[in-house]
Amino acid sequence: MNPIKIFKAGNDAESRAAESIWYENWLLLKKNRSAMFGLYIIIFFLFLAVFASIVAPFDPYLQNIDLRKMTYFSWPYILGTDDFGRDILSRIIYGSRISLVIGFFAVSISLVFGSLIGLISGFYGGWFDRIAMRVIDIMLAFPYILLTIVIVALLGPTLLNAMIAIGIARLPQYTRIMRASVLAEKEAEYVEAERSLGVGNMELMFMSILPNCLAPIIVQATLGVGSAIIESAALSFLGLGAQPPTPEWGLMIASAREFVSNAWWIVTFPGIAIVLVVLGFNLLGDGIRDVLDPRLKD
Amino acid sequence: MYRFILKRLGLLIPTLLGVITLVFFMLALSPGEPARVILGERANKEAVEKMNAELGLDKPMHVQYVIYLKKVVQLDFGKSIKTGQSVIDEIKARFPATIELAIFSMILASVLGIFVGVISATKRYSFWDYASMFGALFGVSMPVFWLGLVLIIIFSVNLNLLPTGGRMDIRYYFTPITNFYILDGIIHIFKTGDPKVLGSALTHLILPAVTLGTIPLAIIARITRSSMLEVLKQDYIKTARATGMSERKVIFKYALRNALLPVITVIGLQFGMLLAGAILTETIFAWPGIGKWLYHAIESRDFPAVQGGIIVISTCFVVINLFVDLLYSVINPKIRTE
Repeated sequence: MNPIKIFKAGNDAESRAAESIWYENWLLLKKNRSAMFGLYIIIFFLFLAVFASIVAPFDPYLQNIDLRKMTYFSWPYILGTDDFGRDILSRIIYGSRISLVIGFFAVSISLVFGSLIGLISGFYGGWFDRIAMRVIDIMLAFPYILLTIVIVALLGPTLLNAMIAIGIARLPQYTRIMRASVLAEKEAEYVEAERSLGVGNMELMFMSILPNCLAPIIVQATLGVGSAIIESAALSFLGLGAQPPTPEWGLMIASAREFVSNAWWIVTFPGIAIVLVVLGFNLLGDGIRDVLDPRLKD
Repeated sequence: MYRFILKRLGLLIPTLLGVITLVFFMLALSPGEPARVILGERANKEAVEKMNAELGLDKPMHVQYVIYLKKVVQLDFGKSIKTGQSVIDEIKARFPATIELAIFSMILASVLGIFVGVISATKRYSFWDYASMFGALFGVSMPVFWLGLVLIIIFSVNLNLLPTGGRMDIRYYFTPITNFYILDGIIHIFKTGDPKVLGSALTHLILPAVTLGTIPLAIIARITRSSMLEVLKQDYIKTARATGMSERKVIFKYALRNALLPVITVIGLQFGMLLAGAILTETIFAWPGIGKWLYHAIESRDFPAVQGGIIVISTCFVVINLFVDLLYSVINPKIRTE
């Protein structure tokens, strides 16, 4: 049985029990070495993002015209410079700010709105459910990469719009997961018991049912941050996200495209940064899934 | 069974209608006038109005919608603003390239993915298991466009083994018959005995197919492994082993066949994704398919082309998904009753 099922906000004794469940889950997660490795990667990049101005050796926008353009591994430019003589390492460090913000922001959009729609849909059913599910079906009829590109093309190519587009395009997944969990949870005995005690719909929905439906959503969200980072880089790569001279990883790769034949490092390093961050979220997400839903282990 | 199929087919029509409606209104309500795109920014007001009338954009929105719907049903998506060509003809000319790329990527991903997954599951917790599962995780964590460029740097720029883009060496003059260049290459061999066209088509296909196939490969490997592990736990496998059957026979004859059920679904769904996901790969490798074409249409706000492209791709996507669903219900009757 899913350990998180026991979690239910209520009186003090209950919330202490709930705390210990989260604590237990954390202990389980701590034992998972690959999940911890993922967490360390994320913490490392969070650190870079927060302290970019201290950690980065150069200003990411600073162009060094004197320098021969595109130098390769030369002190003090550890990872070389790009075609404007800008330090690639510094740009990657500043880029972690952008990518992490996009990842969290885009996932928050789909998480908050997707879950809310799923919660209401599953709880009340009726016309709202029917309309919401039809719209979700239609959205799922578009391959989401295409949907993202179309939305951002309509809104205009900026970083903010890219985040919104990714958030909207991924929303159906969260709605579906939440709705399915709510439908199952709604029939549980404790809900019936609380209902008979006169607990109102709002309280039932948000205080009793929602906490018990969080497990699959948390897993989805953790893995979602990684894919949001890849997608936003892809949008910037296509010219539909961040605009030059922003030190965004996808954009850095795009602007280096014409130099693949003589300056491989400009393309390679920002890509490695993306792979590492995304790997971190995937490792952590897999680990959390193993803890919260042991049936899916392996 | 027939009722199930009919029910699923019945759901297809409202979904597609929804797709068409959404695409129409999204673009109709978006900023940017098509007439200005055609005539240029400095066109005078009369010219713009005349062009709007020609395009039917002066009519009220709901009238435009009904007209559009009627045309789409007859597969008429209008003319491309940029080229003046019929949109459906442009799509038809480019779809074979995309399908060819998607099929080869999928073959690569399925064969390798299943192989890796089976090895991983049968040699659980071995070095190979850890290495391939880490590799698979690495694969899903990689941006496709970056992988494509890295492959170009390694295999085209440094090793000079494979071409950087396109579908065919421009030195070879040949008239495509099917527009599937691999097929055309084979036909060419039969006609002239010259294998160069086929060779060129194949070498051009390798890098884009590997790029596009990596993520599906990783996903298929992971699914195969977990499905295989699940099956290997079952009693009938123990029974099969107890009969003294060789391990190889147990795995390939009994376990794999059952483990492939969820894998087939994933392969189908991934194939649908590839048709659209090819946008990035096609852009990097200058692959003249529908993804690259659609991307340029979006970039130049070529509304009829964008609408047509999205509707065609989404329709394929929905139909493939439906087909996968039906196929799954044929092999696994449990689904039908649910």
